Amino acid sequence: MAVQVSIPTILRTYTNGAKRVEATGGTLQELIANLDTDHPGLAERLLENGELRRFVNVYLNDEDVRFTGGLTTPLSDGDAVTVLPAVAGGRK
Amino acid sequence: MRYDSLLDSLGHTPLVGLPRLSPSPEVRIWAKLEDRNPTGSIKDRPAFAMIAAAEADGSLRPGATILEPTSGNTGIALAMVAKLKGYKLICVMPENTSEERRQLLRMWGAEIIGSPAAGGSNEAVRRAKLLAAEHPDWVMLYQYGNPGNAGAHYSGTGPEILEDLPTITHFVAGLGTTGTLMGIGRYLREKVPGIQIVAAEPRYDDLIYGLRNLDEGFVPELYDAEVLTTRYSVGSAEALRRTRQLLDQEGIFAGISTGCALHAALGIATKAQKAGERADIAFVVADGGWKYLSTGAYEGTLDEAEDRLEGQLWA
Repeated sequence: MAVQVSIPTILRTYTNGAKRVEATGGTLQELIANLDTDHPGLAERLLENGELRRFVNVYLNDEDVRFTGGLTTPLSDGDAVTVLPAVAGGRK
Repeated sequence: MRYDSLLDSLGHTPLVGLPRLSPSPEVRIWAKLEDRNPTGSIKDRPAFAMIAAAEADGSLRPGATILEPTSGNTGIALAMVAKLKGYKLICVMPENTSEERRQLLRMWGAEIIGSPAAGGSNEAVRRAKLLAAEHPDWVMLYQYGNPGNAGAHYSGTGPEILEDLPTITHFVAGLGTTGTLMGIGRYLREKVPGIQIVAAEPRYDDLIYGLRNLDEGFVPELYDAEVLTTRYSVGSAEALRRTRQLLDQEGIFAGISTGCALHAALGIATKAQKAGERADIAFVVADGGWKYLSTGAYEGTLDEAEDRLEGQLWA
């Protein structure tokens, strides 16, 4: 159940500078818990009171997990998870 | 068609089918050509509406100075209206936006205050809010929180799309201020049972996100997740590829954010086709490609174009 996780620059201090790390988990919640075991402190930067932080966006295969079940979103082998800070958008 | 002035010619843009990119006669994709607006982008709609509302409620008076954080199209639309109506416009704009946008703004007489490239639009918004506090006499229309932004789409773009495509099943647009998706999304949800409202969000490279602190993110005040069915993140490589595909296969010369929306639209179309479901998918062509020529997006290989876009705000 290996999932590729893209880490934003600001959080790479937790991953020894790695842009992508591999992790396992049947749900996003489990994945974040396992990530935190390998990279202590990471979960606290992503979660607050058991929810995704307001300005943290997480995408599973490019779809925003807030629309796919949030932390309970199921994961499969080969999935790609991307963590990004919320931005204002561009041209608009 | 005849209008009393350029401002009156806003909207009523064509909705055109994409016969080559649509997977089948049952699953069709339609492009709403918002580049056919007075200054060449969808942003004319919110810009005109926000100015009209501020004039009506008395906050915008003759000779006033308008302040706005913008990375381009809204500023360009405001600049044109401000020129015609005698307002002064100051735009706070990230430094990593294309030269064409700067020239267009200056051409219509706007003043540009640069904000650091690394901070992207978040930083432009922050700086504009500080400036607004320092200059209480300036009028900040604030597209990220102004109900007139979404309102222009609720009363204009949404009804136009439904009139032209009563069988619509999905609506797709780029996510920035969120005004387009909130306004059109709310209108279509009221009128079309089961309609899906899909956001395509530009995903930039590390240079743009690099210094973003996760605690200082930004979610536009207009954003209401309840209006959306889902939200996709689309990287610059996919956006570029689709922008060129639209040009090659359908002849439409669009800006890069249009490629972002088209990528999501094609993903939906493929899903519907596989599931054997009928679909009429409308997506927004937010502007033409003219303002992005200097980015090199349309020349050389896709890899070269992607490299040239690094560090630039392309939507």
